[in-house]
Amino acid sequence: MATLGNSAVSSPTAQALYKKRRRGNGILLSLSFAATIFGLAWLVLILAALVWQGFSGLSLAIFTEMTPPPGEAGGLLNAIVGSLIMTIAGVLIGTPIGILAGTYMAEYGRHNQLTNIVRFINDILLAAPSIVIGLFVYEVVVAPMGHFSAFAGALALAILVIPVVVRTTEDMLNLVPNTLREASAALGLPRAVMIRQVAYRAAMSGIVTGVLLAIARVSGETAPLLFTALNNQFFSTNPNAPMSSLPVTIFQFALSPYPEWQKLAWTGALLITFTVLALNIVARTFLSPRTSK
Amino acid sequence: MSRLRAGDLVFNWVTFAAALTVLILLGGVIISLIYGSIPAFQTFGLGFVTTQSWNPVTEKFGALAPIYGTVVTSIIALLIAVPVGLGIAIFLTELCPPWLKRPIGVAIELLAGIPSIIYGIWGLFVFAPFFQTTIQPALIGLFGNVPGLSSVFAGPPYGIGVLTAGIILAIMVLPFITSITRDVFDTVPPVLKEATYGLGCTTAEVVTKVVLPFSRVGVIGGIMLGLGRALGETMAVTFVIGNAHKISASILAPGTTISASIANEFTEAVGELYTSSLIALGLILFIITFIVLAAARIMLARMNVKAGN
Repeated sequence: MATLGNSAVSSPTAQALYKKRRRGNGILLSLSFAATIFGLAWLVLILAALVWQGFSGLSLAIFTEMTPPPGEAGGLLNAIVGSLIMTIAGVLIGTPIGILAGTYMAEYGRHNQLTNIVRFINDILLAAPSIVIGLFVYEVVVAPMGHFSAFAGALALAILVIPVVVRTTEDMLNLVPNTLREASAALGLPRAVMIRQVAYRAAMSGIVTGVLLAIARVSGETAPLLFTALNNQFFSTNPNAPMSSLPVTIFQFALSPYPEWQKLAWTGALLITFTVLALNIVARTFLSPRTSK
Repeated sequence: MSRLRAGDLVFNWVTFAAALTVLILLGGVIISLIYGSIPAFQTFGLGFVTTQSWNPVTEKFGALAPIYGTVVTSIIALLIAVPVGLGIAIFLTELCPPWLKRPIGVAIELLAGIPSIIYGIWGLFVFAPFFQTTIQPALIGLFGNVPGLSSVFAGPPYGIGVLTAGIILAIMVLPFITSITRDVFDTVPPVLKEATYGLGCTTAEVVTKVVLPFSRVGVIGGIMLGLGRALGETMAVTFVIGNAHKISASILAPGTTISASIANEFTEAVGELYTSSLIALGLILFIITFIVLAAARIMLARMNVKAGN
């Protein structure tokens, strides 16, 4: 390289050009390196702030006491329980629909036009603003019923779960080798049995990943809960009444003027973030190197 | 045997119905938003999208300020996130040692996993105060005497405002732009890059003359997907934008976006017209994001066809 370079850059103008190109290269590479540091720095800054502000508030009382009125001590029990109930209900409603729709797309309609349309629409739903989903559920559930309810909140979360699960289920079923399907067909298995016994089993880790990612996505969602489940200062397991949730409580407490509430908001934020990040990491490790790109 | 066949048919129909549910959901969202926004459009007509006044007391509502805020914050977000996202993607595909690729890639994607509300609380309590005391005075001092820019960076440093919201949005859309750009970069056939390196080109030349032109459509698709996210982002913006229904020339001033207005006001909205105006805002937001996301998907699909998968 050195000898080649020397013979090629004999004249002064060529020498200057060579230097200019090297300089340009150096600038672009340092900029892209700086961009990476810049991007990673935000993650570190946000996580550090969460630990710094929220960790000292972690105590047993967080998990055993209700959200307090202003100026008093308390915990986040009703918000944590409410979040758990609505997230679980949302996932239980959304997951079967998502898996079945993904199954249709990969197994029955792999090459037809309907699948292409559903995939396109599903991708739109996947990235659609969640507040719009909240408005939709308000219009079709809350307004006719006349009051906010945990049920409406769970439904809004279910609608956010569906596109995530559809996407991963279809992708994972598409990765199942066709020889497996052919082998079970040769054994005389009906298609439905083949899908349930063979294809699902082969795609299991991928589908579980999709469900975990969906849980991670909805457990931090605030906007669709604001006007479906609303919030509740008290403990409630009644699906027909407003229910408290961690994100909405954080929203309300963080914007309040009371330091105790703000402190609780930070602790709640710490809880949610580490739950969500843990789910993300578990989902990624579930997704074995075989299927991850 | 006939029992099995019947089960086969039932399962087929059940999955088919589930696939249709996805379509029905989107249709339902559109129809319910249109239905809910009828009173607003009946009262204000098309003037709804061209007037700025937003007065719950006199029941005069116009969507211009939130639309403006949505567009401006998204533009600021893209101005920051696109070069940074491209830079990270270039780093990951061309420079990064293989053992570092996965950890850095995962770390960037974790940024996408952090819930919106966390960005909000962090932005309000950590970033905005720092911004107010350090960056904003510097910006005002720097551009205060430059004609044109002086009105863009005008006013007292509030900390919260349109620029702050734009920066937070930039951090939030960065992982989307990065991961899609990286995926599209990976579709560039290695043989093309090898040939260019073989000619004696530098990495910078390979990136700008081969990788970027080859993956242009996909990169634009990724940017538009990021834009779609930025347009609809709610909680983070609600915390830091200041929620003022007015259009200011200065990007340091408080403003509002469509989603922030809905999040802030919906539960307090009394009267059919107020609620309907907020739903009409939701409809406008949905139409804008639908167009942007659809364009992004079409571009990315074209890229996939090109890559042959």
